[in-house]
Amino acid sequence: MTVPIQCRHDETFVLNLGPQHPATHGVLRVKLTMDGEYIVKAEPVLGYIHRMHEKMAEDGNFAQFMPNTARMDYLHALAYNHGYCLAVERAAGIEVPERAEYIRVITVEMNRLTSHILWWAAFLLDLGGFSPLLYAFDDREHLLDLLERVTGSRLTYCYFRFGGVYNDIDDEFITGTHAFIKRLRSRMPRLYHDLVTGNIILQKRLKGIGLLTEEQCRRFGCTGPVARGSGINYDVRKNEPYSVYPELDFDVPVYTEGDSMARYMVRMDEMEQSMRIIEQALDKLPDGPIKAKVPKILKPAAGDYWASVETARGDLGMRLVCDGGKNPYRLKLRSPTFCNLSSFAEVAEGMILADALAYMGSLDLVIPEIDR
Amino acid sequence: MDTSIWRPILYLIGFMAFAGLNAAYLGWCERKGAARIQRRTGPMEVGFQGLLQPLADGLKLMSKQLLVPDGVDGILYRAAPILAMIPALTSMAVIPFAGNVQARAVELSVLLLFALASIGMMAVLLGGWASGNKYSLIAAARSVSQNLAYEIPMLVTVITIVMLTGSMNLEDIVLHQQGGFWNWNIFPLVNHSIAQAIIMPVSFIIFFICSVAETNRAPFDMAEAESELIAGHMTEYGSMGFGLFMMGEYLNMVVGACLITILFLGGWDCPFGLFPGVWWFLIKIYILLFTVIWIRWTYPRTQIYKLLNLSWKILIPFSLANLLMTAAFIKIF
Repeated sequence: MTVPIQCRHDETFVLNLGPQHPATHGVLRVKLTMDGEYIVKAEPVLGYIHRMHEKMAEDGNFAQFMPNTARMDYLHALAYNHGYCLAVERAAGIEVPERAEYIRVITVEMNRLTSHILWWAAFLLDLGGFSPLLYAFDDREHLLDLLERVTGSRLTYCYFRFGGVYNDIDDEFITGTHAFIKRLRSRMPRLYHDLVTGNIILQKRLKGIGLLTEEQCRRFGCTGPVARGSGINYDVRKNEPYSVYPELDFDVPVYTEGDSMARYMVRMDEMEQSMRIIEQALDKLPDGPIKAKVPKILKPAAGDYWASVETARGDLGMRLVCDGGKNPYRLKLRSPTFCNLSSFAEVAEGMILADALAYMGSLDLVIPEIDR
Repeated sequence: MDTSIWRPILYLIGFMAFAGLNAAYLGWCERKGAARIQRRTGPMEVGFQGLLQPLADGLKLMSKQLLVPDGVDGILYRAAPILAMIPALTSMAVIPFAGNVQARAVELSVLLLFALASIGMMAVLLGGWASGNKYSLIAAARSVSQNLAYEIPMLVTVITIVMLTGSMNLEDIVLHQQGGFWNWNIFPLVNHSIAQAIIMPVSFIIFFICSVAETNRAPFDMAEAESELIAGHMTEYGSMGFGLFMMGEYLNMVVGACLITILFLGGWDCPFGLFPGVWWFLIKIYILLFTVIWIRWTYPRTQIYKLLNLSWKILIPFSLANLLMTAAFIKIF
């Protein structure tokens, strides 16, 4: 509920939200100037988990940066793997075998599912519903088991290689994935939608609250579900296709309301689309090698390369500048959460504290990705 | 009535034991209930099925230092947790658990209970104020506005019952509903008109919602909304100060359940008119308590202004209409 603020500034107080606060999911700090429970001014303070990843990229060779990519957006690590691989492959002119491309898409979409499921759980936690967390983690556990089987890790994947992937998928993974999709499809309407989405308290707390207009989205550079919840039909997988996405049939859910409920529904619909993509990719999976022949030490030609991928949070851009040496000259990341969060200061103005936190939850923040 | 000195002493021991066991074991029930709802096992380590967990928790809390942070109002900070317990404990004295199982038969026991319930709110207010923490202060402010808003429909609903019964004595209210569930105030088919039978379930729902809100339970737990206000008024409390707040919350739940049982569910009356006794009373309050726990672990939290809107815009008009219609029916029939 947004009300025009008419407060006397000697009656406001500063509320320090974070860096340790249950709602900020990490070490985000927001300096809130409050008038009672209304926010007069919100000022996100970043940098509490800044680890100089971009500088680290310059200090090692191309392959050595690979594990770092998983430690930024730790919830959709494979998309970061993918973005970095794409950038380096474009720089070095590496052709990726088709089977590897399909495996990449399958694993990235599975990772997107884990990310959205975890977001759903954490978002409900923000709204005070604790039980969905346990149900969601049950589903996520199955996905993590499958991903562990093929990638060897459960959270910070380092699975992609320049020119392919590290490990082939086997029949058990394929049957397990099909079984999981069947299970999630049967659970989605009952547990996710009947119990939570249709809940009157949830509807009242999300509908019409946290309005982010299309104009604001464009101004702040919001992407991903945040932009699609405000009516912007932009998905890197469709607009600047990469990998084998053009060969797969999927929709981009777009809602025009721009409120927290729209962002919620975009993510819920995206889960279904991810399942569709995984199913199609598993059906079309060709035989062949999973990795191209790539020299151990890469020395791409000098130049400026750009790759962008759609992560669970939006458009991740990787700008790779090479000088012909074995190390990247510069790696600049355009992380989606940073732009999405930048809208918070403007949108939260005039909101009540709990609504602002619901808005923050609906942005799906991953703080290490903001600070890098 | 027997006025021997032993009666108060006996009841004091009995009620303290009842209150203490409830305060400790409702926590265990809540954890087990939540675990069952969430497909976990809950506490399992201490004793069979974790039955000794409340004792272990109590020992842990008592062995901790009672930390008083700098900049707090020392006296109020220490008094608040005690104030959370006292009204709930005192209320127990006038609650009739069965015929003549009551520490003190007070003629105006309904009034006394509601007076004590309002004092319970002061604990949250003082705790939030004295902590010197902005989050606690917001929690205190929320708690006061919430309690103010919900006491009105609650009291108006009670007035309808008092009008029907013609007494403010809890025991009389129960005796008025004896003889099977068709006589209970929740659905009075026999003693009253059909119109009354339609009004009373609405009153019951209003009263139930209000008592959940009064005891600061989810989905109305505005004062301790952990994703917004960390732990609300309990943020700065540790050790047994925190423990007392928690016990006070559970005791308030028990008192609320007792009140609903007495006012609407016929107290110690059996649903089929057989073997009335204290066990029926206990069964009813534990069913109500389970419902409250069930609600907490199913629904997300509502919003403070939505909560106030619910009270001022829906519950108060409805309860006033109820009161008016009840008065009219009493006059007409």
